[in-house]
Amino acid sequence: MAAPSNNPPLLEVKNLRVEFPTRRGTLLAVDDVSFDIAPGEVLGVVGESGAGKSLTGNAIIGLLEPPGRIAGGEVRLEGRRIDDLPYEEMRKVRGAKIGAIFQDPLTSLNPLYSVGRQLVETIQTHLPLSAGQARTRALDLLKEVGIPAAESRIDHYPHQFSGGMRQRVVIALALCADPRLIVADEPTTALDVSIQAQIIALLKRLCREHKTAVMLVTHDMGVIAETADRVAVMYAGRIVEIGPVRDVVKHAKHPYTKGLMGSIPSLGIRHDRLTQIDGAMPRLTEIPPGCAFNPRCTERGRRCLGERPDLMAAGATRAACWLHERGGVGTAVTKELADA
Amino acid sequence: MLAFILRRLLQSIAVLLTVGLVAFALFRYVGDPINAMVGQDTSMEERETLREKLGLNDPAPIQFLVFIGNAARGKFGLSYRTSEPVGRMILERVPATLELSICAALFALLVGVPMGVYTGLYPRHWLSQLFQAVSLIGISLPTFLIGILLILIFAVWLRLLPSFGRGETVDLGWWTTNFLTWKGIQALILPSITLGLFQLTLLMRLVRSEMLEVMRTDYIKFARARGLTNRAINFGHALKNTLVPVITVAGLQLGAIIAFAIVTETVFAWPGVGQLFIQSVQFADIPVMAAYLLLIGLLFVLINLTVDLLYFAVDPRLRGQGMARPAGH
Ligand SMILES: Nc1ncnc2c1ncn2[C@@H]1O[C@H](COP(=O)(O)OP(=O)(O)O)[C@@H](O)[C@H]1O
Ligand code: SF4
Ligand SMILES: [Mg+2]
Repeated sequence: MAAPSNNPPLLEVKNLRVEFPTRRGTLLAVDDVSFDIAPGEVLGVVGESGAGKSLTGNAIIGLLEPPGRIAGGEVRLEGRRIDDLPYEEMRKVRGAKIGAIFQDPLTSLNPLYSVGRQLVETIQTHLPLSAGQARTRALDLLKEVGIPAAESRIDHYPHQFSGGMRQRVVIALALCADPRLIVADEPTTALDVSIQAQIIALLKRLCREHKTAVMLVTHDMGVIAETADRVAVMYAGRIVEIGPVRDVVKHAKHPYTKGLMGSIPSLGIRHDRLTQIDGAMPRLTEIPPGCAFNPRCTERGRRCLGERPDLMAAGATRAACWLHERGGVGTAVTKELADA
Repeated sequence: MLAFILRRLLQSIAVLLTVGLVAFALFRYVGDPINAMVGQDTSMEERETLREKLGLNDPAPIQFLVFIGNAARGKFGLSYRTSEPVGRMILERVPATLELSICAALFALLVGVPMGVYTGLYPRHWLSQLFQAVSLIGISLPTFLIGILLILIFAVWLRLLPSFGRGETVDLGWWTTNFLTWKGIQALILPSITLGLFQLTLLMRLVRSEMLEVMRTDYIKFARARGLTNRAINFGHALKNTLVPVITVAGLQLGAIIAFAIVTETVFAWPGVGQLFIQSVQFADIPVMAAYLLLIGLLFVLINLTVDLLYFAVDPRLRGQGMARPAGH
């Protein structure tokens, strides 16, 4: 379902930069990233491990781990700037307006608290409900995420649930206060392959019913193709292509995205690495000048070695690639020339 | 859970029997008990009759069983030194040692745990750095030196607190206590600090490293993502998880405190079991030493049982499923 384009965006990320001061200089891990998410929209974010997906998500929910910090740009939720809020103000946004789901359901829950207690405390933190009302809501949520025999399961502890059931509990926790946006960072990567599709389907159904927007981080293109309205492709800390899911999947404009689409795994089949493209993404300290993708790109030209492309209109999507600018990539370069 | 407790009880009994064996060996084979009991001029025959009467000619296993049977009823014979019943001598001194040990343990817990939590939550704060520095001193200075330093400062220079003895005690019939008089309480302060300081620093460092560890876990990050207040996260989720390993160590430390009371009681002339033990060693008063060993063994076993039960109360992963699941988090 395509998001209505005339609505004001729910989330606006503008020129976001995340950096890590290190002894050998500052690493720029998220470099000038901008995108919007409309109310109720599912934005898929893909890219190889280390591309900066998690950092972008963590920056949005205000939970970058020091020494990582937002070095520039802004994040707005419903028009209100949230990246510079004091900790206590941002705390009230987290859980209430933005829910989060992390990769590993086995470690996301406190082992010493029953799931009911964790649900109730989250509900009561954000909603003015009595203990009894909060418990009723917790029960409803557990039923909604498909926990069988929720009435008895509510008092069980996390270790008494399987991985898939725990991730359902985590989803219920993210939905406690009916947030407008959920940032889901690889919500199925740690799960059994047979469970992954169920969890994704559940997430998709719940967010449609609650009209919750989702930023769905994954490196599984199959999941994106089935779930997202739009896709952002990240590479070495930047968005290299962004557009409606159909166009990105069928008519990718960036050579990196084309490589990703080369063989879309069917939903549920996990690919630990996107192996279709030769070479590996450069480390932050070794990003080449010009287009960061140029060492692996089969279409690079002389211009790609010296000038860095920004996102530009390319058919129905926007891609950061000189192929889509009138000047083009310049004369072709051989491997030897590029390495010299 | 019942099976688990039963298993632990059996283990405890095995431990106590082992300690009993050591005590018995000490009793029976270190020195000749007859020599210790009679004068120089006793004839060989008289000695032999006494030996027979005391059962010292019975086979060793029988003697051991008799020894254990007596020990279980608190009968350890007469002290070689004072000829008083050993059981009574020890019982008279147990309150002094227990009151001192409990005060020292409370001091270590009530000061050490909050200090550890604070340094774990705010590792960069100057106060945390100060705590860390002080804890280094606490760990490296030997107990008797700390005791002497405290006496020097608070008893000799400042004349604020007494330097030896229990001060005033109140006799409740079966127990003598320091807690009911101001003088008694004052007398407790320096020895308790001396005895508890080492454990305090250990606890503080343990809690600190556990806290740092827990704060890095996914469930704390997820708790933040749920928007829980800092109070709920720090003193609910984090502290509770920190306490799981701390309980064991704190239990072991209570045992250690009671055992280490020997040094502190000597420095402060504290009339406890430890001081009695030192006197017994000087006089080779074997029955008292054997009884002391058994008493300490019994306390350790009781403490460990309590710790196990506390685990069940705190950690749901142990309930219902026995000990099968790993307790890692
Ligand atoms: N604490 C840190 N210190 C230095 N670099 C970091 C740190 N955390 C992440 N990075 C770097 O930031 C980049 C992006 O990380 P991340 O957002 O986790 O990638 P992913 O797309 O796999 O989620 C990685 O290259 C990683 O090396
Ligand atoms: S800009 Fe050049 S190197 Fe970069 S992706 Fe496009 S063609 Fe390849
Ligand atoms: Mg990641």
